[in-house]
Amino acid sequence: MATFKDFRNDVKPNWCPGCGDFSVQAAMQRAAANVGLVPENLAVVSGIGCSGRISGYINSYGFHGIHGRSLPIAQGVKMANRDLTVIASGGDGDGYAIGMGHTIHAIRRNIDITYIVMDNQIYGLTKGQTSPRSAVGFKTKSTPMGSIEQSISPMEMALTVGATFVAQSFSTDLKDLTALIEAGINHKGFALINVFSPCVTYNKVNTYDWFKENLTKLSDVEGYDASNRENAMQTLMKHNGLVTGLIYQNTERQSYQELLTGYSEEPLVDSDLNLDQAHFDKLVAEFM
Amino acid sequence: MINQLSWKVGGQQGEGIESTGEIFAIALNRMGYYLYGYRHFSSRIKGGHTNNKIRVSTTEVRSISDDLDILVAFDQETIDVNYQELHSKGVILADSKFNPKKPEDTEASLYAVPFTEIATQLGTSLMKNMVAIGATSAVLDLDIHVFEVVVREIFGKKGDKVVAKNMEAIQAGFDYMKEQMDANVPTMVLEKADGKRRMYMIGNDAIALGALAAGCRFMAAYPITPASDIMEYLIKKLPALGGTVIQTEDEIAACTMTIGASYGGVRAITASSGPGLSLKMEAIGLAGITETPLVIVDTQRGGPSTGLPTKQEQSDLMAMIYGTHGEIPKIVMAPSTVQEAFYDTAEAFNLAEEYQCPVIVLSDLQLSLGKQTVEPLDASKVEIRRGKLVTEELPEIENKGYFKRYEVTEDGVSPRTIPGMKNGIHHVTGVEHAETGKPSESAPNRIAQMDKRFRKVENIRFNTPVYKNAPHEEADLLIVGFNSTRGAIEEAMTRLEKDGLKANHAQIRLIHPFPTDEVLPLVRSAKKVIVVENNATGQLANIMKMNVGYAEKITKYLKYDGNPFLPHEVHSKCKELF
Repeated sequence: MATFKDFRNDVKPNWCPGCGDFSVQAAMQRAAANVGLVPENLAVVSGIGCSGRISGYINSYGFHGIHGRSLPIAQGVKMANRDLTVIASGGDGDGYAIGMGHTIHAIRRNIDITYIVMDNQIYGLTKGQTSPRSAVGFKTKSTPMGSIEQSISPMEMALTVGATFVAQSFSTDLKDLTALIEAGINHKGFALINVFSPCVTYNKVNTYDWFKENLTKLSDVEGYDASNRENAMQTLMKHNGLVTGLIYQNTERQSYQELLTGYSEEPLVDSDLNLDQAHFDKLVAEFM
Repeated sequence: MINQLSWKVGGQQGEGIESTGEIFAIALNRMGYYLYGYRHFSSRIKGGHTNNKIRVSTTEVRSISDDLDILVAFDQETIDVNYQELHSKGVILADSKFNPKKPEDTEASLYAVPFTEIATQLGTSLMKNMVAIGATSAVLDLDIHVFEVVVREIFGKKGDKVVAKNMEAIQAGFDYMKEQMDANVPTMVLEKADGKRRMYMIGNDAIALGALAAGCRFMAAYPITPASDIMEYLIKKLPALGGTVIQTEDEIAACTMTIGASYGGVRAITASSGPGLSLKMEAIGLAGITETPLVIVDTQRGGPSTGLPTKQEQSDLMAMIYGTHGEIPKIVMAPSTVQEAFYDTAEAFNLAEEYQCPVIVLSDLQLSLGKQTVEPLDASKVEIRRGKLVTEELPEIENKGYFKRYEVTEDGVSPRTIPGMKNGIHHVTGVEHAETGKPSESAPNRIAQMDKRFRKVENIRFNTPVYKNAPHEEADLLIVGFNSTRGAIEEAMTRLEKDGLKANHAQIRLIHPFPTDEVLPLVRSAKKVIVVENNATGQLANIMKMNVGYAEKITKYLKYDGNPFLPHEVHSKCKELF
């Protein structure tokens, strides 16, 4: 059995001291061990930005792609090898700005992967510009008079486009976050986990203290039922999206791979590349 | 007796013009004739002039013909737009319904045939196409029974009655036309064909089939003309092999998903046309620096932007060679026939894995959509070579070090492990990286990794980088082209020979890295060089000047009006040089 230490490598993250992403990394490593993975069967695909570096900080197969495209790459990896556990990850700019199209369609498609967004409401690596998660009025280098665009609510968005697993967490809640990532990995379908991961350098509004003050744990909401989509939406609206825990899970809808006609039960990567002559002849005959 | 015939059917888009051509062509293909069909169509579904020109020959043909023997017209526009192609003994078979008028400046004869009326009498006006096929058969003195099997294949599902009705319509068209024809009407009787069954397909079919033969099991693509046929074919055929096609949300997803699948170890492909390729460019760079095998098809169409989406052009050449920011090794191949499209696509998968870089299979609309008779394809000629993909068990790596996925080697190619392989863990990143994939900004490492990547394609092995028909040691003229211009050039060559001109022909099949060693001797030994290409700037000519030199010898013959070259155009342009 691998332990979380087996998912550590010798690379020192280049995140700022105090960055929320450290805890996300730790939670991913613990979750991977807890669900019984071995490092070579985990592929972590990430986008570009501070958080995108995460795939290089975990001892597993890691693919650090291009800005906003972690999801299509991750889906391709999973389609190639259904036995792998694939985790896509990146920041809120990566997933909700440049990569928003992929986020919505990955949710719709429901391929069995887990997507962890480290949401800090700002662009960090480019030194402090507004993000689609920044609140109205948020002042940054690119919005010196305060942002006048509406902030995206990723959890509500996910519910409207047919998500089967929607969760949110706070990076300091290591235990809860680990459990949610495990649940996401075990979920048969696409799992979206949005993690509030404060940027200590550029976001002086959405700080650790701010989150502690404003977040509501769904476990504290009496009678909360994560299988009820309507209730999930109402709860999100009521709390302005600032809830943590498993927001919604649909265990009935089959994943993309399960619904796909003809898709190999064995990992596609193991299939024989040779097309036998009889099969080829049959294909050719159709053109005659 | 004639050994070649050119037939065109035209009307409004959505009127069944395509299926008329299809039935006619399939039947003649079954008789052993070689066909070449080219569709003129617009970027809309209903309405607008469309036509399907089909050349029938007893020998292989790869080009549209210069002129026309028979024009079947369902509207006056078809006559007005196309009559000038008819030679003096040509025949127009027009639906009497629109009261067809023959233009004054043609010697061709016009026959008004009640296509619609006969069809309506038999039950439905939809069968007017069948009546037209019957009338054509009368002019050609064809036994209409050759259509029976095809009609059955197409309408069999609808029942015997429908099949019988359609055959009746063909017969009625035949009978009507026979009655009209007097002794003066030229009957065009084709020499008997060899009766061999051959494939009749478009280049896109061959590309898709080549992918299957090479073991491709995954495709991610976004619909676009003229590339969609590739995904449409593969989605029908891949499930039987355990694989699939994902229609992605956009071109970027198509390319990055293909990269993901390929990184995952599966042979994967994406295909698009110019606008899609523009969107894929960043991802192509990712495949370049991460050394992930990537096979991309670009079926060129008229650009830039939406350009001429349903018309022929060859203007993506430079974009395919240099496209993506920064510098990466890349292979760009350009098959010039349907057969080559099959073999080259299959080979693209080998090269992508052997050199661990993007491989672009460049096609053009004429090659991708021109439907033609193809000599048998031999699947046993398709090799599967996976380069330095690690297959044996790997030794344990001490202290959680990473596998040296980007090891600096003599040939530049590093061993490749894929997710799931024990002791093969490494990092992949679009950031410049050291041998294990970990990011590195060190200057010596940068040089080592850049040099290693470019070293890979220095000595690329490609069977036939140039198709050569060079009978002359010292030639008056060397004609150069790529992709679908081959047919028109070949026919022009034959005519030039008759004129007494010594012409050699080179069709470039490996565009990048440019096969200078193969092309240089041909250029050197020719008095003049003409590069024939469907673009406005002479991209191939410029690439030749860059790689081969002899700029003063090289002239360009460019056509960028959306239409393919005709043999006579190439012929007369070449003659003008002397």
